[in-house]
Amino acid sequence: MSSLQFDIAHLLAGSLVLASFMMLYQDRLYALLNVYALHAGVLALSVAWQAYVQHAPHLYVTALIALVFKAIIIPVALHRIIRRLGIHREIENVIGVGLTMMAGIGLVALAMVVMLRVTSGADALAREDLAFALSVVLLGLLIMVTRRNAVSQVVGFMSLENGLVLAATGAKGMPLVVEISVAFSVLIAFIVIGIFLFRIRERFDSVDVQALDRFRGERR
Amino acid sequence: MIAVALWSVAVLLALALAGVVLSTRPRGSVILYGGCLLTTSTLCVTALAHLLYFPQMTPSATLPIGLPWLGAHFRLDALSAFFLVVVNLGGAAASLFAVGYGSHEESPGRVLPFYPAYLAGMNTVVLANDAFSFLVAWEFMSLTSWALVVSHHREAENVRAGYVYLLMASFGTLTLLLAFGLLASGAGYDFDAIRASHPSAALAGTVMILALLGAGSKAGLVPLHAWLPLAHPAAPSHVSGLMSGVMTKVAVYGFVRIVFDLLPEPVWWWSVVVLLVGGPTATLGVLYALMQRDIKRLLAYSTIENIGIIFTGLGLALAFKAQGLDWVAALALTAALLHVFNHALFKSLLFFGAGAVLEVTGERDMEKLGGLIHRMPKTAFVMLVGCVAISALPPFNGFVSEWLTFQAILLSPQLPNWGLKLIVPAVGGLLALAAAFAAACFVKLYGISFLGRPRSDVAASAHETDRFSLVAMFALAALCLVAGILPGLFIDALAPVSKAMVGNVMPHQTGLDWMTIVPIAESRSSYNGLLVLLFVALSGMAAASAIHRLASDRLRRAPAWDCGYPDPNPAIQYSASSFSQPIRRVFGSVIFAAREIGEMPPPLSPAPARLAVDMRDLIWDVLYAPIAKVVGVVTERINMLQFLTIRSYLTLVFAALIVLLLVVAL
Repeated sequence: MSSLQFDIAHLLAGSLVLASFMMLYQDRLYALLNVYALHAGVLALSVAWQAYVQHAPHLYVTALIALVFKAIIIPVALHRIIRRLGIHREIENVIGVGLTMMAGIGLVALAMVVMLRVTSGADALAREDLAFALSVVLLGLLIMVTRRNAVSQVVGFMSLENGLVLAATGAKGMPLVVEISVAFSVLIAFIVIGIFLFRIRERFDSVDVQALDRFRGERR
Repeated sequence: MIAVALWSVAVLLALALAGVVLSTRPRGSVILYGGCLLTTSTLCVTALAHLLYFPQMTPSATLPIGLPWLGAHFRLDALSAFFLVVVNLGGAAASLFAVGYGSHEESPGRVLPFYPAYLAGMNTVVLANDAFSFLVAWEFMSLTSWALVVSHHREAENVRAGYVYLLMASFGTLTLLLAFGLLASGAGYDFDAIRASHPSAALAGTVMILALLGAGSKAGLVPLHAWLPLAHPAAPSHVSGLMSGVMTKVAVYGFVRIVFDLLPEPVWWWSVVVLLVGGPTATLGVLYALMQRDIKRLLAYSTIENIGIIFTGLGLALAFKAQGLDWVAALALTAALLHVFNHALFKSLLFFGAGAVLEVTGERDMEKLGGLIHRMPKTAFVMLVGCVAISALPPFNGFVSEWLTFQAILLSPQLPNWGLKLIVPAVGGLLALAAAFAAACFVKLYGISFLGRPRSDVAASAHETDRFSLVAMFALAALCLVAGILPGLFIDALAPVSKAMVGNVMPHQTGLDWMTIVPIAESRSSYNGLLVLLFVALSGMAAASAIHRLASDRLRRAPAWDCGYPDPNPAIQYSASSFSQPIRRVFGSVIFAAREIGEMPPPLSPAPARLAVDMRDLIWDVLYAPIAKVVGVVTERINMLQFLTIRSYLTLVFAALIVLLLVVAL
């Protein structure tokens, strides 16, 4: 692989981590969704680049799936859900931005150390790719942990899943079947969670998961 | 051979699944127990054929299940074959008994699926040839038997029994896990590799202690016995028979396998530990049994006694082996294994009899039974056989194995080690005491429940139990007699086991005149069951004819035990408590902290006088109650984890992931 190809792959994967960081401090839902769409777009680009580099045409399909479903359909649908729920003006008080960012940086450092140590035998591209993918996964989990709104937890989960796709495409020779099933599982998760959101909303007049805790009669 | 055994286990597991469906069908229990009967009989015959005809062969098999780099290893050698015979003979008898008995089950859905699975678990423990399969099968056996113990979960007592049992079973598995962990440290989990390894003396000693704790907690060694008299009676009676008669034997198997087979040559102090646990277990177990009013609980305590006898035999085998007297070790080990077989026979028989009584009267309390010999003559007959056999009276089988154990004890002066020379006769004294108490205990059981006059309406209106149950009990009773009068056959069948375990065998027994058995030499001692049977039969007949000839032959029926009163109330008969009162007064005040509380009404008051006896299990108070308290407090704290918010759970998962990653990274 020429160094230019390597650098571009590196750049795209790095951009994905950057997008994850951007999602960390979005306290408005619309903004969060927009960044998520950007996140998925970068993922699509990165996968397409991998397809070109590895001469694996089926990865173009994966890129297309990422672009259509994750960057367009899901954000648009979530936009509509937010509007119908009437929570587009809600502001989430994320745990202090500085603290979250520090934690995120720590996680990325951890992912680098772990991955570079574990994959010492693999080729350079796969190692970098896996390290970035693990960072994205960890940042997605961090988003889920720091949010209280069910919609933003869903978004955090989907960004985590983007990290998985990045890892999968970085490893050579992943069959398409797996990717399609992954995409569908996300779609199903999205549908289920969407339905749940409305059910929660019907019950509690809120999609704040704290309402569930209050309903269970527990102290925090 | 091994293929037949493994396929039978697979059939049992399939039957367990079928049990879920069959439990809803009206004749489902008959089909299921019939299937179990066929499968266990096949296994029993296979194992017997292996033990008798190919004892030197050790067919083995590896299945691609379990740990990925290890697989599941199974092996059939003489020891496993012998224990397979015990397990499946008990299993077949219990299944046959349950064909009749199981149709009275109120909640078949809680019994039918677990029963075949339980049998499969016990068989797998015996067949396993690596530590992982062994422990998984062991735990599977514990869990399925736990499910059977709590099958009648509406009685609060059974739920408590299940809880205590579950805790003790986990403890036992934990110690065995540690034992195998230590053994595997130098070799790996495969038993073949462990046999080939050479652990240090300290490590081997630790493993022996852990194995004694683990197997002993399952078998019911004092002081780890407290769960057993709670759990065994709580299960349906055929399962009680299996748990007492067979599962405790699987625990014995675990101990023998680890200590005699996997570990290197024993050291003399091992035997001291085993003897000092075994002897007191026998005596204390039967003392507890003697104090009971509940038939099934009495039988469960008597199991503890017999386990004590078996472990004493194993301890003797260790002692003689460690001191280089192989031929006596062979005698002691054969005695212990023969007692394993015998106890499986008569304890199953007695539990089935108790189950038959429970089924027709609904009572387990002896104080509410009595006079059943008239209403259930056949059950009463087989129970008498069982009681005589377990009391170690000739010509039945219990006598043979206990007599052989005593023969080994009598050889203790040949031991060079002075400590052992002193300890072994003391343990022998304890065993002798236990044997006498056992006789008293079963005179009480039989006399109070089957003789005398009924103490309640249910006992007065009892009737004979069903055909299948009777066939099962008669078959076991017949085996008790056969093993008692032809012990030579059984001793010879055990020769390959003792050859493999202690490296020597007892003298060949079959072919001696009149089927005598001679454990050591003709000049020392010999026993002939057939002659004793003939003598008992002839003298009995002579006595009966003399009485009929010389005394009045007019048949006269009078109320039993009327003590000379004209209109006797059944309550003035000897009761279970009054029968055991003298022994309780002698031993109970110390061992059970028994106190008699007499309450006399003031003079001229018509209020009744009362006499109550307060007994405590000191081992429970000292050992179990504090542990239970600590476990309770800790679980109460941990229980908080069940009521966190969704985000807290996410955070916990996240934190766990980060910690694991940090471990990898640093």
